[in-house]
Amino acid sequence: MATDNTMKVNLKVWRQADSKAKGEFKLYENVETTPDTSFLETLDILNETLVEKGEEPIVFDHDCREGICGMCSLFINGHPHGPAQGATTCQLYMRRFKDGETITVEPWRSAAFPVIKDLMVNRNAFDQIQQAGGYVSFNCGGAQDANAIPISKVDADEAMDSATCIGCGACVAACKNGSAMLFVSAKVSQFALLPQGRVEAVKRVKSMVAKMDELGFGNCTNTRACEAECPKCISISNIARMNREFICAKFKD
Amino acid sequence: MAEINSKIPEGPVAEKWTNYKAHQKLVNPANKRKLDIIVVGTGLAGASAASTLAEMGFNILNFCIQDSPRRAHSIAAQGGINAAKNYQNDGDSVYRLFYDTVKGGDYRAREANVYRLAEVSANIIDQCVAQGVPFAREYGGLLANRSFGGAQVSRTFYAKGQTGQQLLLGAYSSLNRQIKAGKVKSFNRYEMHDIVMIDGRARGIIAKNLVTGKFERFAAHAVVLATGGYGNTYFLSTNAMGCNCSAAIAAFRKGAYMANPSYVQIHPTCIPVHGDKQSKLTLMSESLRNDGRIWVPKNIEDAKKLQRGEIKGSDIPEEDRDYYLERRYPAFGNLVPRDVASRAAKERCDHGFGVNNTGLAVFLDFSEAINRLGIDVVRQRYGNLFDMYEEITDVNPGQFAKEINGVKYYNPMMIFPAIHYTMGGLWVDYELQTSVKGLFAIGECNFSDHGANRLGASALMQGLADGYFVLPYTIQNYLSDQITVPRFDPNSKEFMDAQAKCEKEQEALIKIKGKRSVDSIHKELGHIMWEYVGMGRTKESLETALKKLKELRQEFEKNLFVPGTVEEGMNVELDKAFHLRDFIIMGELIARDALSRNESCGGHFREEYQTEEGEAKRDDENYFYVGCWNYQGNDEKEPELIKEPLTYEAIKVQTRNYKS
Amino acid sequence: MWLIDSSIGRKVIMSVTGLFLVLFLIFHMSMNVVAIFSSETYNDICNFLGANWYALAGTMVLAAGVVLHIVFAFLLSYRNYKARPIGYSTQKNQKEVEGASQNMLVLGIIVLMGLCMHLIHFWAKMQLQEIIGATPDYEGQFTNGAELIRITFSNPYVCLAYIGWFIAIWFHLTHGIWSAFQSTGLNNKVWFPRLKMCANIFSTIIVLGFTAVVIAGYIHS
Repeated sequence: MATDNTMKVNLKVWRQADSKAKGEFKLYENVETTPDTSFLETLDILNETLVEKGEEPIVFDHDCREGICGMCSLFINGHPHGPAQGATTCQLYMRRFKDGETITVEPWRSAAFPVIKDLMVNRNAFDQIQQAGGYVSFNCGGAQDANAIPISKVDADEAMDSATCIGCGACVAACKNGSAMLFVSAKVSQFALLPQGRVEAVKRVKSMVAKMDELGFGNCTNTRACEAECPKCISISNIARMNREFICAKFKD
Repeated sequence: MAEINSKIPEGPVAEKWTNYKAHQKLVNPANKRKLDIIVVGTGLAGASAASTLAEMGFNILNFCIQDSPRRAHSIAAQGGINAAKNYQNDGDSVYRLFYDTVKGGDYRAREANVYRLAEVSANIIDQCVAQGVPFAREYGGLLANRSFGGAQVSRTFYAKGQTGQQLLLGAYSSLNRQIKAGKVKSFNRYEMHDIVMIDGRARGIIAKNLVTGKFERFAAHAVVLATGGYGNTYFLSTNAMGCNCSAAIAAFRKGAYMANPSYVQIHPTCIPVHGDKQSKLTLMSESLRNDGRIWVPKNIEDAKKLQRGEIKGSDIPEEDRDYYLERRYPAFGNLVPRDVASRAAKERCDHGFGVNNTGLAVFLDFSEAINRLGIDVVRQRYGNLFDMYEEITDVNPGQFAKEINGVKYYNPMMIFPAIHYTMGGLWVDYELQTSVKGLFAIGECNFSDHGANRLGASALMQGLADGYFVLPYTIQNYLSDQITVPRFDPNSKEFMDAQAKCEKEQEALIKIKGKRSVDSIHKELGHIMWEYVGMGRTKESLETALKKLKELRQEFEKNLFVPGTVEEGMNVELDKAFHLRDFIIMGELIARDALSRNESCGGHFREEYQTEEGEAKRDDENYFYVGCWNYQGNDEKEPELIKEPLTYEAIKVQTRNYKS
Repeated sequence: MWLIDSSIGRKVIMSVTGLFLVLFLIFHMSMNVVAIFSSETYNDICNFLGANWYALAGTMVLAAGVVLHIVFAFLLSYRNYKARPIGYSTQKNQKEVEGASQNMLVLGIIVLMGLCMHLIHFWAKMQLQEIIGATPDYEGQFTNGAELIRITFSNPYVCLAYIGWFIAIWFHLTHGIWSAFQSTGLNNKVWFPRLKMCANIFSTIIVLGFTAVVIAGYIHS
């Protein structure tokens, strides 16, 4: 609950002027905050003091600040979205850290996610993978009644679990191989589980995987780091399903 | 005085949309290929409009300020989407949804628009299911529904507590298909700064590439704004950090009327403010009110003890709790519309019954539901919200706290109202066209369907209705005579001038080099707005607000500090300053509209105009109109108020009653 | 060819070759365990296999499996390295992430080195001799396998080296076995814990079997 405690932390932040510049860590000492303040608000506080000093504020992606838009993307103290599991960076509160702690903040590191500035990376690769086949091909207006095809609750719930992916890229950031399998498989799974998506399932999985490979993501070695760090706890059973879909699709060729 | 023509079709309300579609002008497929449309925004309205127009054959240029279209703030909607499907056989119908929406909006919405909304609502669900949106289902495999505030039927479709996310991802998937097909060009991390007018019509935009910091010019035959609401005028709101009203204000400056800006929705169930460093407020879904009971202590002494932190909510037994919503509104209980619930909370807190250290919070309690259904069922329904609440406040609402006289009490949540949604927005006619020719506004960006208050689960409905089913038709009525108009040259004088103007404005902001950061001024703006133009407004408070806002604008113009220089690439502070400039204009519009409306209705509550029981008192005789504000050429000059009279044919205007 | 040019295809090759090698290990271990109980029977088995065409064909297939497994391991690792050219200054793992899964290449290299040692110790003295046509030196057979075991493992350092090698194999297998099923799509939420358990049991049995032979060899020497 609301407390009047204040705490001080040191922030070791990656600063990089633009995509081509060589970046480096910069240490900001004694940033004053409170345990009830969120981590991003603490960065706001630091930025405010930087602006007051006439320095450039730290650039980082953030938007909804309620854990759903997938925009925030910081690698904090060795973990994407910080040490807490099942939460995004914006849902990380300072009570997770100790007074006087030095917190290291880095951008996502992946060849497919180049740094734009400071802690901001370009995740356009995810959009491109979705564009490769992450949809059901039908035009607005032609849909039949929503209850015309019953779908078992089990499948619908499982599809929903896959669909909760927020596309933040923490899976890629966490994976030592920079693999995007969890992200891609979540989308493939969602559609593979629903009758609406089955129609194009074969084409979809092939084109999405091909795009993923083309964009320079690494291979999955089943370390499960993605699942452990995913803020929405997406399961690697999705990856198994995508492997199955992909192998079956290729055998059909 | 400017003319208002809302272009409502002839005929009885139930036939208007059918008649319109039967007689409107269309563009043939070969000609669609020759026409370009700019869609600004990729939320539910923007993404659905862009994809549907592209499916039809138009060429779309689609812009968003985030790094991907999927990040638009529609994604954060939790509860659900309404549709008149009557799958639950509880007596729902198009008319009932229409009636509930008009009544929920306190009889300040345009009847014809709302009826059309209710009519297409069923199609939205069909469309989304076909896209692969995993709505919640029953064991039999059919779609599940839940009930929501302001309705007595279960018509809300949902996907866990992430309905907005799933609907947006559905629209985003359709958009992706069109991007792949080459029909939509997607511009991410771009922000619209100005609309380019040629011969009195909107013909393009100037957008800033947020990565390079450079302005770029884009031409098209029509421009659609789907840029959301202006809730961030209040600094603290449930909106995303990036939500802003600069595109709407740019349209306003070009002559688009701003309608009903004072209708601002204050959501009753948000996590209370905890400190001055807070950057945003977190919403707890309204669906919690299905099983949660809202209360404050009956005795003021208990409230005082709570405020001093001497006791906890779970220490107060049933008989000492005041379930004030159930007490005041027996028929709807905890499920009254948002404006009513918010005001009731404010009323209790104003009387000193607030339950946290600031005295600005009420309890939302699940003890009864947990005792009735068991913790597992309750967690299944609201588990993710409980976790979210615990992460933020360190209190677990599902945790057993105490047993008093054989009754088990669990930790209650603390909630307080916060700015959530803006019913007002750019004025549009029945075709969703603003008062500027060729400029359309859809979704939260326009004022159209919710009147003075929006019901829960209706925003998603409106955004998608506009984007999938309304605009793609109505825009053709405008474009049908544009087929011979050749593409515009983005290097023409109009475009170059507009870009030069944007660059000049930007430079001016950087060159102020004053002492105050953007956020410090924005916080002050938020404070003025919440204090004087918030939940309870008076003539005096609004006049004070207008005075203070004028001073604040001068402070902004003279004492703002934006680091960096014009030549540098990305400058986040500069972009925020640009938003703030327009928030201040918007703040003045809200206050001005609130001052002009001497009545209470929906989200606009004037303390002078209330019944003895503290309910909103409308004045249908004098204020049965849409208040449209027309820009007068510069920010200093007071905009002109134009009234669009409301006429109701299908519904009898009554006093809103949620008591019996 | 999708098995070679898609990321999932390459993983399928890793999985199939890996599972094949696991099958071989089970066979090899079963055969070795015989040596603990009866030197004669063990030598009979060795003699039966010898350098007959089926044993040679088996060896070739086995070698191909090993080579494929190794080539693709390096190929995949190279691509993985390229996917993250700049690393983190600090990276920590959540408790769910097992060390073995993060270090399969390192474990694999240790296993490979152990394999070389093992080939020099045994295969070079047994099947290779027969292939190159050396003279049988033991009762019409090429080598007294059981005796060779005892001689080799009379050196405690060799025993320790082998046990170290087995530990690396154990880690490699605990991850590799369930991972092979995952990569070929034969996994889901229900089967995941089962597969993990099976992987642990199998790797333990295999490694215990081999270790028992080493220890028995040391004791009897």
